[in-house]
Amino acid sequence: MTTISDDLIRQHGLTRDEYERILAMLGREPTLTELGIFSVMWSEHCSYKSSRVHLRTLPTTGRRVLQGPGENAGAVDIGDGLAAVFKIESHNHPSFIEPYQGAATGVGGIIRDIFTMGARPIALLNSLRFGPLDDPLVRRTFAGVVAGIAGYGNSIGIPTVGGEIGFDESYTGNPLVNVFCLGIARADEIVKGVASGVGNAVYYVGAKTGRDGIHGATMASAEFDDRSAEKRPAVQVGDPFMEKLLLEACLEVMRSGALVGIQDMGAAGLTCSTCEMGSRGGAGVTIDVSLVPQRETGMTPYEIMLSESQERMLLVVRRGREAEVERIFEKWDLHAVRIGEVTTDGRLRVKQQGETVADIPNAALTDEAPVYRRPMAEPAYLAEARQLSLASLSAPPVQDVFRRLLGSPGVASKQWVYRQYDHMVRTNTLVVPGMGAGVVRVKGTSRALAMSVDGNGRFVYLDPFRGAQLAVAEAARNVACTGAVPIGATNCLNFGNPERPEIMWQFARAVEGMGAACRALDVPITGGNVSLYNETDGRAVLPTPVVGVVGLIEDASAVVRRAFRREGDAIVVLGSGRDELGGSEYLKVVHGLVRGVPPALDLTLEAALQRVLVEGAAAGVIRSAHDCAEGGLAVTLAECCFNTGLGASLDVPAVAAAAPELSAMATLFGESASRVIVTTETVRTAELVAMAEAAGVPAAVIGRVGGDRIRIAIGGRIAIDESLAEAEELWAHAIGRRLDRPRAVA
Amino acid sequence: MRAAVVVFPGSNCDHDAYHAVKHVLGQEAVFVWHKDTSLAGADAIILPGGFAHGDYLRTGAIARFSPIMQEVRRFADAGGPVLGICNGFQVLLEAGLLPGAMLRNRSVKFQCEHVFVRVEHADTPFTVACRPGQVLKIPIAHGEGNYYAEPEVVDRLERNRQVIFRYTTAAGEATQEANPNGSLHNIAGLCSEARNVVGLMPHPERACEIALGSADGLVVLESAVQSVTQGAVAAAR
Repeated sequence: MTTISDDLIRQHGLTRDEYERILAMLGREPTLTELGIFSVMWSEHCSYKSSRVHLRTLPTTGRRVLQGPGENAGAVDIGDGLAAVFKIESHNHPSFIEPYQGAATGVGGIIRDIFTMGARPIALLNSLRFGPLDDPLVRRTFAGVVAGIAGYGNSIGIPTVGGEIGFDESYTGNPLVNVFCLGIARADEIVKGVASGVGNAVYYVGAKTGRDGIHGATMASAEFDDRSAEKRPAVQVGDPFMEKLLLEACLEVMRSGALVGIQDMGAAGLTCSTCEMGSRGGAGVTIDVSLVPQRETGMTPYEIMLSESQERMLLVVRRGREAEVERIFEKWDLHAVRIGEVTTDGRLRVKQQGETVADIPNAALTDEAPVYRRPMAEPAYLAEARQLSLASLSAPPVQDVFRRLLGSPGVASKQWVYRQYDHMVRTNTLVVPGMGAGVVRVKGTSRALAMSVDGNGRFVYLDPFRGAQLAVAEAARNVACTGAVPIGATNCLNFGNPERPEIMWQFARAVEGMGAACRALDVPITGGNVSLYNETDGRAVLPTPVVGVVGLIEDASAVVRRAFRREGDAIVVLGSGRDELGGSEYLKVVHGLVRGVPPALDLTLEAALQRVLVEGAAAGVIRSAHDCAEGGLAVTLAECCFNTGLGASLDVPAVAAAAPELSAMATLFGESASRVIVTTETVRTAELVAMAEAAGVPAAVIGRVGGDRIRIAIGGRIAIDESLAEAEELWAHAIGRRLDRPRAVA
Repeated sequence: MRAAVVVFPGSNCDHDAYHAVKHVLGQEAVFVWHKDTSLAGADAIILPGGFAHGDYLRTGAIARFSPIMQEVRRFADAGGPVLGICNGFQVLLEAGLLPGAMLRNRSVKFQCEHVFVRVEHADTPFTVACRPGQVLKIPIAHGEGNYYAEPEVVDRLERNRQVIFRYTTAAGEATQEANPNGSLHNIAGLCSEARNVVGLMPHPERACEIALGSADGLVVLESAVQSVTQGAVAAAR
C-alpha cells in the first residue's frame, strides 16, 4: 500500500487539515485512488467550498421554478405543459491552455447538462472575455475559442442565438469562456441525476475512457503561471458527433420510461457522477472499473476514476428493462455497458476485478465536503479607483470619440464571430445574434423565449455589489426589450483566487448585489457555476459575474427587435441620463481608465421600465427597443440604425455634469442604467408616453427615424453629424480588420 | 406529396425539412433511418443538412455506404425526385449521384448568413414553380461549400444546363463579391443529367417563413409538390 506523503497531499491540492479530515472520515489512511477521488470532489470546482456559504443567500424559488440549483440544470415553467431547462457554465482554464478544444468541450459539457434533464437543447449563448486584440496571442486565443464553439455547436446542430464579448487587459492570460444552453422538456418528464432502487443496474455509455483530462477539476481550481502550458494533457478533446449520438439516444431512452436517473461525466468524470447520483438518491453505488470501456491499456483505477474524457454518461436503469435500453443505444451504434449496481449503504465502492480499491461514504464527498467562510477584506485599490477627477481629463472632439467608440472591439459589430456560428438551425431563431437578446420560438405553441447573458467586469471591479446588480438588470432589460417577461436566471461567477481576502470580498459583495437585484426583478437563480482562481501570475481578471436571464413572450409574432423599422417613426427614450461616466467604455477607450463609480440603479424604476417594455410590445405601441449600455445613448442610437439603411436625428437636453466641459460626454456616452431607446408610430407617441408615465418611468420624445445620417444635437446644438454609411463601415469591420490578415495577392 | 427525410445519425436539419414539408406546406413527411432499406413509399426524397457521420474525414464520405443509399440510388435511377440540401448535397456528390466535390470555404471558416441565389432553370422537380432568373434570399450554413470539379466537368455542366442555382447579388448578378465560398462559376446547386436529382448548399427549408427572415425557399419545396402532383396526374392519364 502506498504511504501518503505530505508531498502527495500537496500535489492533490489538499491542505493538511483537509487530509486530517479524510483520515477521520475513513477511520484509516486512504488508498491512492481514494486520495484522488477526494482531491477532485473537494476541489473548488466540484465542492464550491469557498462560495457555498454565499450562494445559499441567492433567491432560488418562485412561481415558475420547477427545478432550482443542485441538479444538472435549472428549469422553469413556460406554459403548455413545457419547461425551459437552462444553465450557464464556464470553461475558462481549458480555453486558455487549448482554445479550440477548451471552448468546444465547454459547449459539449453544458449541452450534456441540458439533455441529461430530459430536455432537447434548442439554443446556445456565450459570454466571452479576452485581452486586447492587438496582442497576437490574444488574437490566436480569440480565433481558436470562436472556432471551437462553432465547431461543436454547428456539428451537433444547436443554434448559437446570442451572447456578448468584452475586452480588457486583465483577461489576456485568462480568457473567460462562459456557455449557456437552453432546452425544452415536458414539465412532468424532467429527469433527475439520481441513483435509487437497490439492485438496479448502473450503465456506462458513450466515448471510451482515456487518460485525458485527469485532474481537470483540480486544474480549474489553481492559478496559472508560466508553466501552465505544461498542463495541456489535462484538456480534453471534444467529439460533437459522439455527443449527437448520445443526445438522440438518451432522449429516446428517457421516453421509454426505463430510466431511473442519468448524469453526464463532466468535471471529475466517473467519480463525480457516481457519488452525486448516489447521494441524491440516498443510495450507494458500486462499480467495477475493469468493466469501463477504455481507450488505452494499463489504466489504473485512479486514472479511470479521475479521467475527464468527454461525451460519457452514467445511467441507472430499472431492473428488467436493461435489454430495451441496450437496444436503443445499439440503434445509435453506441454500446451501453453495465459497470455496477445501486446499493443500500450510501457508499461509493470502486472495485477492480472484484477487489475493492475505494470505499467512501457518498456524503463525505458531497454534503460533508469542506465549506469555508474565507476571510474577506475590502481591496486596497478601491478607494483610489473610485475617485474620478474628470476635470483633469482632456475632452477630445465629440465626433472623434463617437467614431473611436464605434470602432472599438467592445462596441463594434461581432458579425465576424456570429457568422461562424450556425444560428438558424432548428428553424426557430426569431432574433439572430448581435441584436440584443436572442429569441427562439417554441414550436407547437404560440410562445417564444428570449435570452440574454450580460456582465460588466469594470462595474463590478469598481463596486461589486452594484456591478452585479447592474448585470442582472441589464440581462433582464435586454430580454424585456423583446417583449418578454423575465422568468428565471442562471449565473456564472468568474473571480480570482478566493484565498485572497480582497477577492473573497468582491465575490461576497457581488453575490449580495445579485441576490438583491434578482429579488427585486423577480428572476430567481435556478443554477449556475462558479469559476475561481482566474488569475495569471498573481493578477486576477476583473471580477466578472455573468448573468443569463430567460424571458417568456406569449405571442411569438409580437417580438420586438432593436433595429429601427420605418422612416418617420418617433424616437422615445424611456428612463433618463445622468452625469455617469464611471467605469464607462468612453473612459476605457478614450482615456485608458477603469475608474469612478458605476451608474446608480433604482431597482423599482428598473422593474417598472421592464413592465412598460413588455406591455408596450404586447400592445404593439413599441416598434423597436434597444437598451442603452456600453457607449451610452449615442452608440445605442447608431446600433438601432445599423443594418436598416435608416438614419436618425435626435435633440436631447444636456446632462448637468460636475465638470461642465464633460457635459457632452456624459450626455452622449454616459452609461446610466434603466434607459431604453424605443420607437413608435408618431400617432401613438402620446399613448406610449402616457403608458410610461403611468408606470413612473420618465419618457421623452427625442427625435425621429429617417435620412442617411446620424445626427445628435444637445439642447439644439449639433454635437454629432455623421454619415450613416461611414459610421456603419467603422463599426461593421472593426473586428474583422484586426483578425484577418490581408489575403496574399496571387 | 409524401416526402421521405433521410436521417443519418449526424443529420441536424432533418427536423427542419420535416417541419417545412409537413407544417408549412401541409404535405406528408416521414423520417427514414439511414439503416432502413425502404423509402416508405415516398414520392420525393430529401437528404437533409448536418454532419452525417461527424464528417471528420470528408463531408458525406461515409454516408454513401449507409444501407438506405442503395434505395435512394434506385429511386433516383427510376427518375424519382431527390433533393440534397447542404450536407445532403455533399452526400450526393460522394455517392456519385452528382459530379464534383466540395472544398473548404475560401474564408477557411464556417459561414452562416443569408445569401442570394439565382434560379437558372425551371425544368427540374425542385424549380418548376420558379421563374428562370428568379433571385431567392436563402441562408447558407457550411464550412465546405466551395464547389470544385475538373474544368471539362464544369463545362459539361454548363452545356447541359445542369447548374440550377448560382450565387448572385440581390439584383441577380453572378459577381465574385456575391460568391460566399469560392465555388467555381458561383455554383450553389446542380442537377443530374436526367434532371431529377438536385443538390444545393443553401437551405431552402430555413427560408419558408417570413418570421425567420425569408420565405423565398418555399418555392423550392412547392416545386416538388407541383411536380409530384403533375407526375401523378400524368401517370393517371
